[in-house]
Amino acid sequence: MTEPTIYELSSPGRIGFRYPAPDVPESALPKEFMRQDLPMPELAEVDVIRHFTHLSTLNYNIDKGLYPLGSCTMKYNPKINEATARLPGFTFTHPLQPIETVQGNLALMYNLQEQLKEISGFAAVTLQPSAGAQGELVGVMIIRAYHRSRSDTKRTRILIPDSAHGTNPATSSMTGFEVVHVPSDARGNVDLDVLKSLVDDTVAGLMLTNPNTLGLFDENVIEVIEIVHKAGGLVYGDGANLNALLGIARPGDLGFDIMHFNLHKTFSTPHGGGGPGSGPVGVCAKLADFLPSPIIGIIEPATEEIAPLYGFVTPAKTIGRVKSFYGQFGVLVRAYTYIRMHGPEGLRKIAEYAVLNANYLLSRVREYYHLPYERTCMHEFVVEGNWPDVPDIHALDDAKRLMDYNFHPPTNYFPLIVHEALMIEPTESESKQTLDAFADALVKIAEEARVSPELLREAPHNTPISRLDEVKAAKDLVLCCWIPDQE
Amino acid sequence: MQTPQNLKYTSSDEWLLLEGKIATLGVTDYAQDQLSDVVFCEIAVGVGDTLDKNSIVATIESVKAAADVKTPVAGRVTEINEELANMPEVINTDPFGAAWMLKFELSDPAELDSLMDAEAYKAFCETRGH
Amino acid sequence: MYIPHTEAETSEMLKSIGVKQISDLFNDVPLKHRFSRLAIPPGVTEMEVLEELKEYAAANEQAGELACFLGAGVYNHYVPAAVDSLLRRGEFYTAYTPYQPEISQGTLQAIFEFQTLIANLTGMEVTNASHYDGATATAEAGVMAYHHFRGKRPKIVLSSAVHPQYREVLCSYLCGYEDIHIETAGKGESALSHPDNLLKLIDQETALVVVQYPDFLGRIFDFRNLVKTAHEQGALVAVVVNPIALGLLTPPGEIDADIVVGEGQPLGIPMSFGGPYLGFFATRKEYVRKMSGRLVGETTDAQGRRGYVLTLTAREQHIRREKATSNICSNQGLIALATTIHMSLLGKNGLKQVAGLCYHKAHYAAKEIAKLPGFEVIGAEPFFNEFMVKCPKDVATLNYDLLDLGFLGGYDLRKEYPELKNHMLVAVTEMNSREEIDDFVQALKEVSDD
Repeated sequence: MTEPTIYELSSPGRIGFRYPAPDVPESALPKEFMRQDLPMPELAEVDVIRHFTHLSTLNYNIDKGLYPLGSCTMKYNPKINEATARLPGFTFTHPLQPIETVQGNLALMYNLQEQLKEISGFAAVTLQPSAGAQGELVGVMIIRAYHRSRSDTKRTRILIPDSAHGTNPATSSMTGFEVVHVPSDARGNVDLDVLKSLVDDTVAGLMLTNPNTLGLFDENVIEVIEIVHKAGGLVYGDGANLNALLGIARPGDLGFDIMHFNLHKTFSTPHGGGGPGSGPVGVCAKLADFLPSPIIGIIEPATEEIAPLYGFVTPAKTIGRVKSFYGQFGVLVRAYTYIRMHGPEGLRKIAEYAVLNANYLLSRVREYYHLPYERTCMHEFVVEGNWPDVPDIHALDDAKRLMDYNFHPPTNYFPLIVHEALMIEPTESESKQTLDAFADALVKIAEEARVSPELLREAPHNTPISRLDEVKAAKDLVLCCWIPDQE
Repeated sequence: MQTPQNLKYTSSDEWLLLEGKIATLGVTDYAQDQLSDVVFCEIAVGVGDTLDKNSIVATIESVKAAADVKTPVAGRVTEINEELANMPEVINTDPFGAAWMLKFELSDPAELDSLMDAEAYKAFCETRGH
Repeated sequence: MYIPHTEAETSEMLKSIGVKQISDLFNDVPLKHRFSRLAIPPGVTEMEVLEELKEYAAANEQAGELACFLGAGVYNHYVPAAVDSLLRRGEFYTAYTPYQPEISQGTLQAIFEFQTLIANLTGMEVTNASHYDGATATAEAGVMAYHHFRGKRPKIVLSSAVHPQYREVLCSYLCGYEDIHIETAGKGESALSHPDNLLKLIDQETALVVVQYPDFLGRIFDFRNLVKTAHEQGALVAVVVNPIALGLLTPPGEIDADIVVGEGQPLGIPMSFGGPYLGFFATRKEYVRKMSGRLVGETTDAQGRRGYVLTLTAREQHIRREKATSNICSNQGLIALATTIHMSLLGKNGLKQVAGLCYHKAHYAAKEIAKLPGFEVIGAEPFFNEFMVKCPKDVATLNYDLLDLGFLGGYDLRKEYPELKNHMLVAVTEMNSREEIDDFVQALKEVSDD
């Protein structure tokens, strides 16, 4: 049952891949620097193929079934994106080639910048950040740079609602800000009174996820943003939940100053088992000069006969470079392909059906799971995963039992403001059939919790492996298969 | 939940045992329950170190959480529990006994006035619930 | 488009929810801004989008058609067919982060194997599941060192022969810490100076010394003295490496480096105009809790079967929140998998072979170029597969002309090293046949004659 590791499969002398023999005379090797031993495995190609093929079968994945993970937007990954990203005209380009030789790449990136600007209502976009978290970092760094440029050194605090996305506090403190938490009110909106009391000239900005991690669109979002703006602060939008807003509302129009995108959420680029993602950042006009360097611009405008010359532009007050080169280019190609296939109508349909699906699912389960905020949800909703009459059952148990029904569990224990939270986001690419099957499973589990709770507590039963000892993992800390003895 | 009568408590769940000018510090039963299984503990100070009020003296990690342990009062470290790093799980099983973290000499006993006694701490924990 | 709903299904769903039409679900959005019209081109079909993307791709010149002698941190290496064939499995690339280990053992075990391979390659004890790229991995080394000393050592000594972009990113990341200052080789000293020139900068205020091996200019130096000095002063040492070079060269772990980082692109990742790539990060066991990024550990399940889980997650952003030392959330998942497959396939022998090919071909090219009048190969130090060439003309002009002849010339060092005007950084890999190298040498001669 357990798949051996590549080290266990290794057999000394096995060859997996052969290179051609050297066709040049050999030169003297630098003796003082030569490695004595290279402790790497030795496998044949068939060993490698079988090993990783077997490992792949142990994974749940979108191609297999639904991932109702709140704030992750695990939508279907279109296969055409894989084809376009692999075009040799893209994959064989070196990032340091002269710009005249990569006008295709630069035009694509420029056009993607323009599309993201239009979709979100921002004046400028950088495609450089590699992931959502890095996009956030860029956003907060821009906030800091903006205030510094105005010689305003008093602003040392960032306000973060308790319904914010998980990385926001870490990003703020990494950038040297003090984090101040803002509670939500009974309707799941940012508490306006508390916000007003907290906002002053020591506040650099507010990080707002809208719709928030309760899946709710802040009913006072315009006012929230105005309050912060009036006090001289900036408003950063976490774009994790943008799927609900495509073609519905543009964060820039609502007043957001900065926002990061998650191409691997909203724009269908694959999660890859944990990456690569891509976190472009959009900004309003007054912040455009602070974007990381470089961004793609038009160096020489088009004439009647020739196309524009695209190249790299360094924003006037740039915060600097946050990654080597220009961004996760292969991921950008996928996102571009996706946006082009959808166009404005297609994008709006995405948001409409994402929200329809979430509300439908909610309507099917709300009798069985407590919904703390009685409102129309957007693309996701949060319910409590436990019941007062079965206090020994926790959200974790529901989650593990769902695996026995062939579903990946929803996000659990987040957001922190809901007790035993189950955060559910179906996305627009799931059919009514799938949603019904999922709802049925959730209903069944609610019943099992009363009738045969041990099924939940000891779940999962039908997976390749059962609950793993995380305490042992943290204590023993075995992080490598085999390390050769080091003298 | 245990709350020994002879100890003083902080609102960040540390306990202090006072013997003349020497204080012993650890984390409470409530704290270990919140953390769940402790997998790691590192005492961040050494014998002879000066402690400022509210400075970090140790970090604890469980599978679910990581927490900083602070001293509510200033002092100078006289002894640390070397064993704790090897058996961090005693924080769960014996938080007031074998899981003592360090002993230090108080610089200003007046600072003790800000600490809670057992009854006050018990009441405080009840308001917090989860 | 990928929305499966029929009209009938949509109606049923609306009924179940209790609204008349989908737009009723958006009443919380301020009316003034609701249903924004997006001025982007209308959507197209799959056939049309493929044509469009092909046009973009065709507007590039690429290493598949040109002979590539450009390196500078990104290299044109061969990617075996088996790598992409496995990567295209939906079970790998459409999988989520392995937070639910019971249904993610494929991803988790592959990362565990990745961690081991990188540890073995670099001669270190622990590695994480990867950072975004070599530059951010280098930056994270700086952040880790800063926190390790609890901010009491505010200095980073940074060799100017570390990749220029990595140095930029390191600075960007550390600017959040007010007191940090970064010192490169003393003012007035050129990048060509020996790394021992850094020794005088290392003191009790130094948290970290960062050097590169082989360095950005291609040269191999012995850092043992530097490591010794740094350790005597209580500072940590981070070495930025080229993983292919480690197929031949002594790994930094063996000279007591504290942190080894680098760019994993040469290990089976296409150049792809700069990304997605992979930053690897390796260190000693004693620093494992200070290391940011994901970690996979081995454990057992309720039945005693061996399995893998994400571990030490208490360090990470979603638990420590504002106390986390880094906000990094993702690793480069699929890219790490690609390098794991690549390293598994090449194994001990393949890695040695490709390193040897790069070495010998580069040395052959250097010898032949050195014979050309007006060209000089710079650097007395041993080198791996990249070397500096002083050219008779400025590099941009040479490269422009070389393109016409079908060659992607080396990197123009003038941009980041003003004292290296007319210096080209030439890279050679196993992809350059002898014939190609000879043709390149000939072409260099041609474009420099005038």
